Amino acid sequence: MASGIRDKVAIIGMGCTKFGERWNDGAEELLVESYQECMEDAGIDKKDIGAAWLGCCFDEVDIGKSALPASLALRLPNISVTRVENFCASGTEAFRGAVYAVASGAVDIALAIGVEKLKDIGYGGLPEFSSAMGPYNFLWFPNATAPGCFAMLATGYAAHYGIDIQDVKKAMAHISVKSHANGALNPKAHLRRAVTEEQVLNSPMIAFPLGLFDCCGVSDGSAAAIVTTPEIAKSLGKKDIVTVKALQLSLSSGTEMAYDWDGAHFVTTTRAAAEAYKEAGIKNPRKEISMMEVHDCFSITELVTMEDLHISERGKAPKDIMDGFYDREGGGVPCQVDGGLKCFGHPIGASGIRMLYEMYLQLHGRAGDRQLKDPKFGLTHNLGGFPMMNVCSIAIIGKQDA
Amino acid sequence: MVGITSYGAYIPRYRLNRMLVVQNMAWYFPVIMAVAQGEKAVANWDEDAVSMAVAAGYDCMIGKDRKALDGVYLASTTLPFSDRLNSGIVATALNAPEQGAMNADFTACMKAGTTAAIAALEAIESGKKDSVLVTAADQRGTKMATMFEMFYGDGAAALLFGKKDVIAEFKGSYSLNADFVDHYRGWNKEFDYGWEERWVRDEGYGKIIPQAIAGFLKKTGMKIEDFNKVIYPCYFGGTHSGIAKKLGVDPAKVQNNLHAVCGDTGAAHSFLMFAAALEEANPGDKILLASFGQGCDVLAFEVTKNIKKLKPRLGFKGSLERKANLDSYQKFSKFRDLIIADLGIRGEANPSSSLTVLWRKRKTLYGFVGLKCNKCKTPQYPGNSICVNPDCGSINDFSEYEFADKKAKILMYTGDMLAASVNPPSVYGMVGFEGGGRTFIDFTDCDLTQVKVGMPAKMSFRRRNKDKERGFTGYFWKAVPQVEG
Repeated sequence: MASGIRDKVAIIGMGCTKFGERWNDGAEELLVESYQECMEDAGIDKKDIGAAWLGCCFDEVDIGKSALPASLALRLPNISVTRVENFCASGTEAFRGAVYAVASGAVDIALAIGVEKLKDIGYGGLPEFSSAMGPYNFLWFPNATAPGCFAMLATGYAAHYGIDIQDVKKAMAHISVKSHANGALNPKAHLRRAVTEEQVLNSPMIAFPLGLFDCCGVSDGSAAAIVTTPEIAKSLGKKDIVTVKALQLSLSSGTEMAYDWDGAHFVTTTRAAAEAYKEAGIKNPRKEISMMEVHDCFSITELVTMEDLHISERGKAPKDIMDGFYDREGGGVPCQVDGGLKCFGHPIGASGIRMLYEMYLQLHGRAGDRQLKDPKFGLTHNLGGFPMMNVCSIAIIGKQDA
Repeated sequence: MVGITSYGAYIPRYRLNRMLVVQNMAWYFPVIMAVAQGEKAVANWDEDAVSMAVAAGYDCMIGKDRKALDGVYLASTTLPFSDRLNSGIVATALNAPEQGAMNADFTACMKAGTTAAIAALEAIESGKKDSVLVTAADQRGTKMATMFEMFYGDGAAALLFGKKDVIAEFKGSYSLNADFVDHYRGWNKEFDYGWEERWVRDEGYGKIIPQAIAGFLKKTGMKIEDFNKVIYPCYFGGTHSGIAKKLGVDPAKVQNNLHAVCGDTGAAHSFLMFAAALEEANPGDKILLASFGQGCDVLAFEVTKNIKKLKPRLGFKGSLERKANLDSYQKFSKFRDLIIADLGIRGEANPSSSLTVLWRKRKTLYGFVGLKCNKCKTPQYPGNSICVNPDCGSINDFSEYEFADKKAKILMYTGDMLAASVNPPSVYGMVGFEGGGRTFIDFTDCDLTQVKVGMPAKMSFRRRNKDKERGFTGYFWKAVPQVEG
């Protein structure tokens, strides 16, 4: 009987670059920047790292194939380095690789690092990926973009619950306003200006019904983590140890697209969340989860995710959102405390670890102006691919004794 | 009895009012004003001769067994492939049989449709074939501000030939060969080149059609008065009526040349005019059908009472009614690739189509054939080796299941301004099929503002991509939201 990952692995160092249009840096420079902060935070030596995992999605357009770009950029001492890619879960996948390696006893200390250098492709938005989906899909899959696919969810959600699409749009707008307010407090965020609900609602249409401010930014960035066992962490003199409580991954089996789905929820998130709470020993997430960084690639994704994480009741997320339940000082479960993908952008391989970075800072009381009061559990969530066919990862970290 | 057993038609949804061409281009060539009556049918940006032929073919095969076809002939002068059997694409899209079928392309002249029809009729008369579908379609490119731009329209029509349940009995044919070059399109040229209109009218249409009809009457001993309807293409209005006078035909019996409603549809035009006539025809009517193009074919038919038994179809009338005005000449020019507009870097992605995958998955991709689980009866698209129903999961135990003719309902959708498209926003979404099954699919022939969740949709075979670099045209199915319900 599997015992799960809870409290078997500790995070002893994390790093995160400033996210943004890093015109003068390549993926290598970004990797070094997050790695440096992470290593200083961990206070270990390079030779202490037993293995490393690199998360990167669009390898063809930014960093190149294999894990060599990370090994070369960081001058790692000929250790095992593995590149992982699982759409938007790539960063969390790198983290999972490192955590599982430590938990298995294969290595004492492992590095997880994620990066994406999106601003080298020549246009806004994510790279065109129809050609990266294999020769069969290229012959039939709609010529869709990420905003278009997620926009479908808004029409699906509104229809399923019989809500006027304008009311869904208002809740979506509140999500963006909230995230921008948080991002304004974060020196590492890309977009640091607060916005109004009116601005969001009047922004130009990208994919009906998503306007520009319903979409997250496109940025370059990197984030890194050093993990080890709680025992080693203790022996290194670490205090207020943060441990991994749960790591779950769920992928579509094709039922959403070809069998049965209401278009108003994510099958994978719903399952991954239930498994994660079980692994972390959380009974009532609405009460026990202290804070979240979820995959707000688009405002509608965040809205639906609040229900899939079993925090808002089905069909009730718009109300919770409008009530401020997910606002930083709303008395509920603060969501996107660091500004989220909305303000950090979404350099895919980095996002999962960037989310953990915020949870880690908060758990250590190092989040500056946006510090929450005594958080215990922080949840991160990624969703890659398409609403009807996706990869979902969920991580929960918390104070060791929580 | 040998003859026609069914008919179908397809006129694309967009119509371009000829005055719009005049308003935009008469400054350049004022003569176009003379033929600016009515509107022409314009294929959507994702349509071509093959996709329109498929649409007409499906319309024609309503209530008929596609599995009984032993030949699919395609007549067109605008085939997307110079060396690849274009009718083979149409046959695959129709899920016509592969074994025992001989499909063929008839091309290179405006009378290709009637020539294909004669070939089909002869094969059936000889007993060598039982059921042949002849589809004819054209989408001719024209330069801006030309008479061709005013005359030509896009469209398709199809006729099914056989011996069973004949709706119009074949009464004979006669052909005339004339290497009369009124216009031509040289190898690898995009546009037609034409000679002086007066010569084309007087020495071409005005003489060759009457000569061929006279030849037919002499050969068969029939009289022009025997016919209730006389059909021949000719986009010059005066010449069209002049031919009738020459033949001594009552003008009321002459089929309208359709200039005002859709324009001359090339190799499809005789068929389209014929389909329009069949819709009005009564049992016992005799119809004379002629074509034009480096000669002339003349065919005669007698309508039987079976015509009243045909199932309802879109046909000519239905196609005409289902229309939307293309209210921008610039849009028309862009759809035809006559002007250069930026598609963005996203539009640069151009992977080659995998021919191995296309062969392996031809039924799925062109035929829109999915699977139905033999165990739990769940229809699924696209098919996979393992049943999609999580409570079933049976492996490799399926029957083929056609989705092309299934009604669908829109489950969710978007209009995407970011995706590279010559007609943004790119509208796509999820549809669920009546009887089970659902998929993620591009929408076409719709305005975003009219699309709603729950709206019915029909499937349509469309051009998916045009790989100019490698000269490949890819096809797949799209959903057409049925705005009127």
